Amino acid sequence: MKYVEEFRDPALGRALSAQILSLVEPGRHYKLMEVCGGHTHTIYKYGIDDLLPENVELVHGPGCPVCVIPMGRVDDGIAIAEREGVIFACFGDMMRVPGSRGTLLEAKAAGADVRVVYSPLDALRLAKANPERDVVFFAIGFETTAPSTALTLKRARAEGVENFLCMCSHVTIVPPLRALLDSPGFELDGFVGPGHVATIVGLRPFEFVPAEYGRPFVASGFEPLDVLQSIEMILRQLAAGRAAVENQYTRVVPYEGNPAALRAMEEVFEPRPEFEWRGMGTIPESALRIAGEYAELDAERRYPPPGERVADPRECQCGEVLKGAIKPWECRVFGTSCTPEHAIGACMVSPEGACAAYYNFGRLARRREPV
Amino acid sequence: MSGGGREERMLGIVERARAKRARFRDERVTMAHGAGGKSSQALVEGLLAPAFDSPAMAELGDAGRLEVEGLDLAMTSDSFVVRPIRFPGGSIGELAVNGTVNDLAVSGARPLALTVSLVLEEGLEADELRAEVEAIAAAAAAAGVEVLGGDTKVVERGRCEKMYVCTTGIGRVDPRASLATGAIRPGDRVLVSGPIGAHGTAIMLARDELGLEAEVRSDTRSLWPAAEALLEAAGPGLRCMRDATRGGIASALNELAQASQVGLCVEEAALPVPPEVAGAAELLGIDPAHVANEGMLVAFVAPEPASEALAALRAAPGCAAAAEIGEAREEPPGTVLVDTAFGGRRVMDMLAGDPLPRIC
Repeated sequence: MKYVEEFRDPALGRALSAQILSLVEPGRHYKLMEVCGGHTHTIYKYGIDDLLPENVELVHGPGCPVCVIPMGRVDDGIAIAEREGVIFACFGDMMRVPGSRGTLLEAKAAGADVRVVYSPLDALRLAKANPERDVVFFAIGFETTAPSTALTLKRARAEGVENFLCMCSHVTIVPPLRALLDSPGFELDGFVGPGHVATIVGLRPFEFVPAEYGRPFVASGFEPLDVLQSIEMILRQLAAGRAAVENQYTRVVPYEGNPAALRAMEEVFEPRPEFEWRGMGTIPESALRIAGEYAELDAERRYPPPGERVADPRECQCGEVLKGAIKPWECRVFGTSCTPEHAIGACMVSPEGACAAYYNFGRLARRREPV
Repeated sequence: MSGGGREERMLGIVERARAKRARFRDERVTMAHGAGGKSSQALVEGLLAPAFDSPAMAELGDAGRLEVEGLDLAMTSDSFVVRPIRFPGGSIGELAVNGTVNDLAVSGARPLALTVSLVLEEGLEADELRAEVEAIAAAAAAAGVEVLGGDTKVVERGRCEKMYVCTTGIGRVDPRASLATGAIRPGDRVLVSGPIGAHGTAIMLARDELGLEAEVRSDTRSLWPAAEALLEAAGPGLRCMRDATRGGIASALNELAQASQVGLCVEEAALPVPPEVAGAAELLGIDPAHVANEGMLVAFVAPEPASEALAALRAAPGCAAAAEIGEAREEPPGTVLVDTAFGGRRVMDMLAGDPLPRIC
């Protein structure tokens, strides 16, 4: 804990806050997007909004792994979980994400064998402990978590575990960023970049942001001081009229990323031709599926799910929240019919979801005295 | 920020929706209904309280009050399904006594006697059963309560996990106590009797599902000495108490903020969180304020006797780390706010969902 507390020092926070104030032009509005749900969580948990000038606005991006999973995909998961003999293993947050016929938590209450795991290795252990059953791991997440799924599949193969399968819903970060930047009317001054994804893929894949779209991109850590410093670095670029990829998270992110992790992903996965994102529609080559000699560990092959596209409920505006087009509180069902205990949209479920973070932490905190 | 007025209006609508009585509208019982958070609240306030419509139920205290020929009694009941049944710092038997004793204690009642019911799984080893019966006897002796009787049932192997324990307790309401869940006033101080999150963390580590190793012991203990110290020191200035079990202090604080229609403002830096608990919570992405305790109470005390009450509390067994963590305010009613150590402010809401099932 000592290591993280250094990055939560209130005095340093106030100093950065003062520096940020000195960098902004009073009449100008700054709109910055934190791409990753982890950042959204940090921002609300520590009240970082309170330390920013009024004219610096943070909008939340599409980087919460749970929130981007579309309803049809949850339905597919439930369909596999309901198959005879299957143990369905997933992360705790995923249990409460609504599909069109309810959640995995409800499927569990109705008889499906759904277990919460904390890592793909937990799911592999479950498979070894239950050799007569098929254990299906619902793999979600960006490039941050895809390598650990890849390594677990490799280990399952190496150890000859035949009842460990994976329903792969891993997604990649660059295609949705490009889709956002290309979407009409999208206005943004810069990105607080996803530090954990950058740890794996490095910084090169993000060079297109300043090169093609002229926006600053700063890969950021997840402690409150990291986020504040990244905002300061973006504002510094804007003040100097620059746009570049910069690295705030140097203690973790190397420019070239993690070659071993990338190799493991390369070996186990291939891009899906297209993947549906909740509220954002179908984006080409934006997700991964299990490939080559690992393909037989693909749960979707052994238990073909319905794979139906299900439209989000009409009242749900997760898509607009994920694109940063509206604030959570601007959604028509926010906090009334959509709450963390009865979520309509996925953004209200995961602690990294913009709506849940705002509902749980941000609500009312806005009635504040000026900084 | 632009549109601040509209945001306020929207948040006003959200708060009014939150203030409505919780409804039980799920199709089935899920694990979340047992987690002590919002779903449990919906089950109790939406289904049970209306069905057993009585003034004692409506109060939603930890124990029900009953007057019998001038004698002021408190009664409560609790069941224990914790897995595993033994864990660092305690076991299911000890928990079953202390849990019921504590529900009486925080209601201002001196615990007098218990009944104990055991549901046993076919095949349970006699030594394990014997150890729990001894744990029940020892905890009852330590808490100064008599075990009057009970019941045993056995179910087929696989229909229960080793054993479940149900206890019912009766206590005599202390004449110094004038406690009510709706009694908190703006300006009242919020005290906790010890470090938070130890029990839930100990269970989580004992399950060995996480591959973490840390020395964390459950805080299970009788809270009557702590409650009595507060009653003696604060008298009528003691507004109410709650033992912060499932759902952690976040549930206790939110329930009482709602019952008293006050805002509770907590200083994050003042919360006694042991480093091992903070570390485990950080790794799992959960808030220590949502983690269960089994020997920790939250007390609300009028401003004048607060410092004396805190000193008295610290002298009670196991309460050396007691702390004042915040105060009640007029605004915003029914809500718990946290001033973060980083200098920002956030809401502390009740737990939604269930990160750690079967914690007690």
